[in-house]
Amino acid sequence: MTSPFLRTFRIVFSAIVLVCFLIVFIDLRYKIPSEYINALIYLQFVPSVIKFYDLRIMAAGGFVIVLLLTLLTGRTYCSFLCPLGIGQDLFSRIGGRLRKKFRRFGYKRPHTIIRYSLLAVTLVVTLVWGVYLLTLLDPYSIFGRFTTYFARPVVILINNFLANILGKFDNYSLHHINIKGYQLLSYSIPAAFFILVGTLSLMKGRLYCNMICPVGTLLGLLSKISFLRVRFEESKCTRCGRCAIVCKSSCIDFLRLDIDNSRCVECFNCITTCPDKALSFGVVRIGKKEHKTDESKRRLIAGALLGIAGIGSLAKAQNNNVPTPKKGTTVREEKTYPVAPPGAGSIEEFNKHCTACSLCISVCPNQVLQPALKQYGLVNMMQPVMNFHKSFCTFNCTRCTEICPTYALKPLELDAKKLTQIGKVIFIKDNCIVKTEKTACGACSEACPTKAVYMVPYEGNLVIPETNESICIGCGHCEYACPTTPYKAIYVDGNAVHVAAERPEIREAEISAPEEFPF
Amino acid sequence: MIMKRRDFLKTSAGAGMAAGAALSLGGYEKLWGVAPTPEKYDVVAVMGGNPDAMFDLGIQELGGMGAFVKKGQKVLLKPNIGWDVIPDLAANTNPLLVRRIIEHCLKAGAREVYVFDHTCDNWVNTYRNSGIERAAKAAGAKVVPGNTENYYQQIEIPGGVRLKRTKVHQLLLETDVWINVPILKDHNSTRMTSCLKNTMGLVWDRGWWHANDLHQCIADYALFEKKPVLNVIDCFNVMVKHGPKGVSKEDVVQMKSQILTTDWVAGDAAAARMLGIEPEKIDYIPMAHKAGLGNMKLDSLNIRRIKM
Repeated sequence: MTSPFLRTFRIVFSAIVLVCFLIVFIDLRYKIPSEYINALIYLQFVPSVIKFYDLRIMAAGGFVIVLLLTLLTGRTYCSFLCPLGIGQDLFSRIGGRLRKKFRRFGYKRPHTIIRYSLLAVTLVVTLVWGVYLLTLLDPYSIFGRFTTYFARPVVILINNFLANILGKFDNYSLHHINIKGYQLLSYSIPAAFFILVGTLSLMKGRLYCNMICPVGTLLGLLSKISFLRVRFEESKCTRCGRCAIVCKSSCIDFLRLDIDNSRCVECFNCITTCPDKALSFGVVRIGKKEHKTDESKRRLIAGALLGIAGIGSLAKAQNNNVPTPKKGTTVREEKTYPVAPPGAGSIEEFNKHCTACSLCISVCPNQVLQPALKQYGLVNMMQPVMNFHKSFCTFNCTRCTEICPTYALKPLELDAKKLTQIGKVIFIKDNCIVKTEKTACGACSEACPTKAVYMVPYEGNLVIPETNESICIGCGHCEYACPTTPYKAIYVDGNAVHVAAERPEIREAEISAPEEFPF
Repeated sequence: MIMKRRDFLKTSAGAGMAAGAALSLGGYEKLWGVAPTPEKYDVVAVMGGNPDAMFDLGIQELGGMGAFVKKGQKVLLKPNIGWDVIPDLAANTNPLLVRRIIEHCLKAGAREVYVFDHTCDNWVNTYRNSGIERAAKAAGAKVVPGNTENYYQQIEIPGGVRLKRTKVHQLLLETDVWINVPILKDHNSTRMTSCLKNTMGLVWDRGWWHANDLHQCIADYALFEKKPVLNVIDCFNVMVKHGPKGVSKEDVVQMKSQILTTDWVAGDAAAARMLGIEPEKIDYIPMAHKAGLGNMKLDSLNIRRIKM
């Protein structure tokens, strides 16, 4: 096929995909149904692999489709389905506009050592130790963090600005949204990656995808033998070189009529540009020579070995950072464990599966999910943690468990969620207003959905909280509502392993309806 | 007071006739220039009907909504929309009642009716699941958010013992009159929530009240000059334990009642009795009474009791 519509189709398709992703991550009204989100994310490679590894059912095997697609058509995934890739194309286009006269991609040699080493190290780290490196490098998760950390707050600010103006005209169709949490430190990694990916795409097209991205490199291995590829028609080519100039992957060596298919992302720019229709997308003719034997394979193996050597010790060192219980809770609220979101099962399992794509943080209607700093240990930075000083977990909501792309949060039916204890309430009487001020409060008990916090008689007319851990689910509403400072008088200590809470005891009311007015 | 059957019949017939007369007269009262001047009641209590029907009857006894809402006025309705639960669990004001009050306001010529609450649970879910957002919009009111601090403005409370200033929702200041529509509930800490305690949803920093003598703050707030022109206490379904949020429907007793009053201290005193609590036992009621904000002595009040 030499049709210029290939490129148009790619642009339209990828634009729709990008917009869908942005809507899902920036949905300020929390209206996008979970099924839709899951359908959109189904084909995302890394989340799908992790989910499949966990569930071992083909229903979670979106990545298999991607692999087959790659065998058939090359790295179309990178241009059509990867939101980070599509985003880079957008950046690249802006970059092109900014420096129109100077921007020539041209052929560049592949960064063989870097890309295969990174792939090997990522594979090994992930298999031996966990998702920590994938968290950093998975393109979908990187995109998720970009939108959650940068795009979403910007949209919220615009929303608030508009809400202000509309409010002046007595129109309340938009409402103000608070941006909760987001400590500066948690921005460090996404910011660094934003600068890296942003600069590379502005200046060098798809260099990030062809040098750093492990998914790109992996699919590149397959696309070397893909059924359909972009190919040269030797007889038609006039060696004008226009194709190489527009190639974002810098993978067209037009003088040798050679396309490095491991780097080609099937953007079809070259096909559209070629004035002689010398480039086409189709079946590679049999008999056409493939790449000569390359050093790359040897380098790959060398890189892999190098990686493995370093991993063991690294893993050991990092394991020390996994939270360990601290003994003896004092008046300061001291959590032995952070509170992991419902559906996590256990903190350990959760840490192993979450790639910090931040989708749950974006879709949490209460913004109680916040990127962790060192609550789970530094290597698990950016994974979501419940922050009960900022907000609390809505009793009848299971949103985060419905959409987790990697199954780090497993689906919970609402009834089950209402009985899932993610942490336990701890009351510090010495901090409590009722004891210190001798005045009524009860903010904690008021908010408790199961009455795991209830009030018992205290001095005089006063009542003071008492807790029943067994029916507490750790939603954190008590901690959030408690008005004491700087330390709360009641807080939730995380459960290392989530357990089932007991059902609140239900008794008939002792008061009956008065038959006559009692006044 | 126990109502005899004869009284009950008289009352019912009276109410029926009054309602009928009002309906048949319609707009003619103004033509004659003599609006019926009903007896002035401090408290009107209705029992035995649906929330909307009880309100129809009760407001009639107070001289109709026109006595409180003037033509062209902006009205704020402040129900209790605190918790993300369904109407049957009675943690929020009955949506039927909210709807009917709005209809009365608009009929009385209100230019605009606004509804909002500073919710405790997630406000979007709470507005929706309480059924109030839909009911209010259907009746023609504007449902306004109160979820962030910039909707609130600082006010002074001269004479407040503990609460001397606080931030209230701008709508309270911008509207001409406001109607307090609490639901009667058990409350774990103050024992009861009704009229006075419902004002906690008007302010931004509730936590401060909790931390600084909750009862005194509730009573202090009632000093603020902008008082409700009418209080309608929803006692249709009443949460008698595990309040104010409730756990299950076993916490709720159907009392099928409603209390209407311009005196919110009296309203709270009557409401306390509905829960079987003496008003003196709820600290903020005697506090407000002593501050001259209303009359908790139910015996000295002119109470109209209606059974449907």
